[in-house]
Amino acid sequence: MRLSTPIALAAMGGVFSERSGVFNIGLEGMMLFGALAAVMGSHYLGGPWMGLLGAMLVGGAIGLLLAYVSVGLGANQIVSGVGINLLALGMTTFVARMVLRPAGVEQVPAFQIVAVPYLARVPLLGPVVFTQTPLVFITLLLAPALALFLFTTPWGLAVRATGELPRAADTAGIHVSLVRYFGVIASGVLAGMGGAFLSLGQLNLFSENMTAGRGFIALAAVIFGKWHPLGALGASFLFGAAEALQLFIQTYNLGIPYQLPTMLPYVLALVVLGGFVGRSVAPAAAGVHYGREDR
Amino acid sequence: MNGRALAGRLLPVWAVLVALLLGMVPVGLAGVNPAAAYEEILRGALADVYGFATTLVKTTPLLFAGLGIAVALRAGLVNIGAEGQIYMGGLAAAVVGLSVHGLPSVVHVPLALLAAGAAGGVWALVPALLKVGRGVSEVITTLLMNYVAIYLVSFLAGGPLMEPGAPYPYSRPLDAAAQLPVIIPATDAHAGILLALALAGFLHLIFGYTAVGFRVRMAGANPAAAAYAGVRVHATLVAAMVASGALAGLGGASEVMGLKHRLFDAFSPGYGYDAIIVAFLGAGQPLAVVATAFFFGALRSGADTMQRSLGFPSRSSSRFRGSPCCSSPPAWPCRDGSSAGRGDGRRSPRRCRPPWPQG
Repeated sequence: MRLSTPIALAAMGGVFSERSGVFNIGLEGMMLFGALAAVMGSHYLGGPWMGLLGAMLVGGAIGLLLAYVSVGLGANQIVSGVGINLLALGMTTFVARMVLRPAGVEQVPAFQIVAVPYLARVPLLGPVVFTQTPLVFITLLLAPALALFLFTTPWGLAVRATGELPRAADTAGIHVSLVRYFGVIASGVLAGMGGAFLSLGQLNLFSENMTAGRGFIALAAVIFGKWHPLGALGASFLFGAAEALQLFIQTYNLGIPYQLPTMLPYVLALVVLGGFVGRSVAPAAAGVHYGREDR
Repeated sequence: MNGRALAGRLLPVWAVLVALLLGMVPVGLAGVNPAAAYEEILRGALADVYGFATTLVKTTPLLFAGLGIAVALRAGLVNIGAEGQIYMGGLAAAVVGLSVHGLPSVVHVPLALLAAGAAGGVWALVPALLKVGRGVSEVITTLLMNYVAIYLVSFLAGGPLMEPGAPYPYSRPLDAAAQLPVIIPATDAHAGILLALALAGFLHLIFGYTAVGFRVRMAGANPAAAAYAGVRVHATLVAAMVASGALAGLGGASEVMGLKHRLFDAFSPGYGYDAIIVAFLGAGQPLAVVATAFFFGALRSGADTMQRSLGFPSRSSSRFRGSPCCSSPPAWPCRDGSSAGRGDGRRSPRRCRPPWPQG
């Protein structure tokens, strides 16, 4: 559960962005920004909740940047996403070394594990699902909420229409660029939360490049989850389990060099994408820039 | 070429300038004079023979991988896996360099390069087959393959191939016959750059003047039309992707055979990711990629000098590298030479797409 949550949050962000038609490869960078912002927020503003808020704001701001570059200016979405990732790696390391280290900030207040009354005592499920940090519960509630939003509300319809056939959406009076801005910013907020969970939910510190590819695993979870928030959540559990398994193998030192189990989540993602997904269908316009005057 | 077309061609240059200006902000915030920082970068990268040689060294893998990504771009594919292909190429070259002995250099070097190209190609083949066979986006699969390659090299460099008693994970030195010669005496600059430049010229000819290059471009730009015209689209795409991986693999090989002479754990500091920006800023044109690769190579070598003399973390230079693509050109020069962009202040009547499908 703990290992799945950051992937799930980022993957749900990816669902939003891709449903609105923007292929967001910058999830990784957004998570990294979120992880750093969470630690700084928790330290300077008092407490993990402020850290979470900071991570969401910073994630959203990075989302805005990506949206401006890719939607507003129409730059290639993949290049701008890669740019976000490089920027995140450079910037967070830079800030961590120039600000946090001189100030002696290392461990900060993090989220505590909470047991849900009554439910925590359910055998088997209780200790696993209901004895977690609050962010886990938020994630579990967020997935169905986002699914309802996407599939039952007019706004959700607007998002999906924009991702499938922007010209039709435009004709129907939907402001395509605005919806895409919204989708990418929302994905930034969610990825930022995912990053906050890494630094404040699993640990209580920031370390350089601590996301280590989880944003990319989240992208695989988006595809495996068929661009549905609940599907993405389920897929994230699978990848979280793979990560747990590799940690288990490392902890119990079975004489296997650590690099081999570390590959496991990535290999699993490849196998899953290649073997079991079948031809899952992406939102038709994901990755394609839409300009009103294009033909 | 009229003025507008020229402006369109120069858009990437503007993008880089804007990025460099933006990069000044955090440098200034850190209490360092930005002008001094850039002066140090420039000095470190180009001022003397040693700096220039370092720039060439850093340019080499960027150029190989950038050319590889450019080839994929021409076929409408986005190869984010150059980093992993670099690792596999370096690994294959190291294995050949470590295990084969007694060959003359003229045989040993090509053999190692061949192995590297094959390894990089195989690493790109998997995403290519998944793409044409199962419709899985190559963006995500190439990304995931990177991690597998990096951990694989880490495992081998720290395990079976590790030099006994080494303090860090690295292999024994390669057989001397498998090492690339140094081209500027008393520096690290090695012959890899010559091979990369030759390949850039070769690719320029292929894409500019041959039917093969045209078929690749066609398969990327309009698969349906290409198929109608008798191009075997799937085979062409797979071949382009494999060539792309092979080129990146050569980049890894030149790094191992020309510079490090051993297989190190984590030997590429993200060249494969920089190369994406190199290729896109070069708009997928081999000769333009030479220029962008040199620019980013200079940035990398200069940033190292700046870091030493001003006490900066070197990673902060990756901010400089990250920013150009965030301000990467919103529109690309069109094929017919006209351009569309934001520069004229009005919405242009027709926005052009880059010469490859986006996404």
